Amino acid sequence: MKQIAFVSGKGGTGKSTLVSSLSILVQDKMLADCDVDAPNLHILLNGKTLKQEDYFGAKEAVIDSSTCLKCGICRETCRFGAISEQLEIIPMKCEGCGACLLICPAQAISLAEAKTGQTYVSETARGTFSHALLDIGAEGSGKLVTEVRKNTFNFEENEKWLLIDGSPGIGCVVIASIIGTDAVVAISEPTKSGQSDLERVLAVARHFEIPAFVCINKYDLNPEITSQIESYCANNDFPVIGRIPFDPDVMKALQRFKTPVETGNPRVTEEITGIWIRLTEELAKPTAKQ
Amino acid sequence: MKIAVLSGKGGTGKTTVATSLAQSLPECQYIDCDVEEPNGAIFLNPDLSQKFPVQVLVPQVDDNKCNKCGECAKACQFHAIAVVKNKVLVFPEICHHCGACIIACPREAVSETKRTIGFVETSRRGHFLQGKLNIGEPISVPIIQDLKRRMHEGIPVILDCSPGASCTVVQSIEGCDYCILVTEPTPFGLHDLKIAVQVVKKMGIPFGVVINKATSDNTSIQDCCRESQIEVLLEIPFSKEIAEGYSRGLLPVQNELWKDKFRKLYKEVKKVQA
Ligand code: SF4
Ligand code: SF4
Repeated sequence: MKQIAFVSGKGGTGKSTLVSSLSILVQDKMLADCDVDAPNLHILLNGKTLKQEDYFGAKEAVIDSSTCLKCGICRETCRFGAISEQLEIIPMKCEGCGACLLICPAQAISLAEAKTGQTYVSETARGTFSHALLDIGAEGSGKLVTEVRKNTFNFEENEKWLLIDGSPGIGCVVIASIIGTDAVVAISEPTKSGQSDLERVLAVARHFEIPAFVCINKYDLNPEITSQIESYCANNDFPVIGRIPFDPDVMKALQRFKTPVETGNPRVTEEITGIWIRLTEELAKPTAKQ
Repeated sequence: MKIAVLSGKGGTGKTTVATSLAQSLPECQYIDCDVEEPNGAIFLNPDLSQKFPVQVLVPQVDDNKCNKCGECAKACQFHAIAVVKNKVLVFPEICHHCGACIIACPREAVSETKRTIGFVETSRRGHFLQGKLNIGEPISVPIIQDLKRRMHEGIPVILDCSPGASCTVVQSIEGCDYCILVTEPTPFGLHDLKIAVQVVKKMGIPFGVVINKATSDNTSIQDCCRESQIEVLLEIPFSKEIAEGYSRGLLPVQNELWKDKFRKLYKEVKKVQA
């Protein structure tokens, strides 16, 4: 199964719209939403849950007050300010590192598994779909992403493709979403912020030596910045595989929970079909990563 | 007063609102806490004159003292230190800088060394601050903490947060007096707004909503806010003019009418503090 991660650097550039459109156009694939702290793909996919599980992706210190000597050494040791003056653990701040437990002279501290989210695998009309929801403010979003990707393998039935909806940014969630994939597709828009964010996320893909491709959404909104993005991509060997025109109907369709493909928008559908064709051609080239 | 601007979903206009608010006030400090993809500078054009590296502490092992017992690796909850083939390996990118390995080592062979993961830049008088995470680094929280240590007292501080609802957002809004949640009228915007509301409620911070790209034919956000008794502070209509200005790095507050609206927004927000 070849894995393709769709990312954007900047949020709101049309990543989930592109992935959900491809979920109709591409055959023989699985889907994964790795934007675990603000997942959106499930809103358009509407599946039947096959598996739902609590995920314990972090640890949390627990102080046994009956053996605690109230010496406060743990509080001095904790670098995250996670132990209060009353020597109680502040769950939102505890990283579960265990430094307190090692220093405690009375062995009053232990680490407990902490639930950080929920994972789901759903059967949808467009293929098996793995997703998750991070608990509010929980640690370890990167680990939850890894779990979402692992879950796809447990349900794999020789599908040819895995389409991964990534998250904005360049930190742990994005890194966990793209590591080990066959290609990264970055979706940008012709704005100054879109341009700056695109360059950073492409640099991350290059850092991890993953072939990366670019789509410019709403490319006709600012032709000048579009051509700047295109020359940046040409100079740095990131093939531009799509230019999607601005069309207010895309937003109108989304408000009715539909992709532009379903509402029969020929211009946008044609371009998205082209993106997939060009991507598969690029991946078939011998220079691409095996 | 410390005001955080956040959004759940990315691309809803968080930076537009944060920077517009900053430009409407006679004096304030603007801090770009979206250290993965900072954009505030594009709109505010600050004179960035100072740059400070952000450093974290990671372990370093003295081979002469180390007898490869493996206690450090056992102690590390993040698998950032390992003993393989009679050698201690440190994986600095995934280290959480907690110091557990130092405590665990029975031979005092583990000490710490500084490692740069990004930097903080400020304008001359410190009214504009931004942080940048280096490419390939997963952990951005120490940069946000560094930015927050540079907060001014006595003038309004505006914190532009990253999208989402993970630990970086929690870290950014902690200790703030008010949160402005920016959203847009799409099913995605509504869904992620609900997540952002849960975050600020859990943190116990008062909040209100700004609806960006508002249209008259979709009132899903207004309806939701009414039902949940959430104040809608401002609606910014869907406008090609604003979108085009944005693409070139221009803000709606170039226009006096909008400046006025953002001043009113600030007054509304300030009432909470009184
Ligand atoms: S486990 Fe680590 S972060 Fe949590 S309280 Fe102990 S020392 Fe602090
Ligand atoms: S400082 Fe903490 S996270 Fe880093 S290697 Fe040591 S035990 Fe592991």
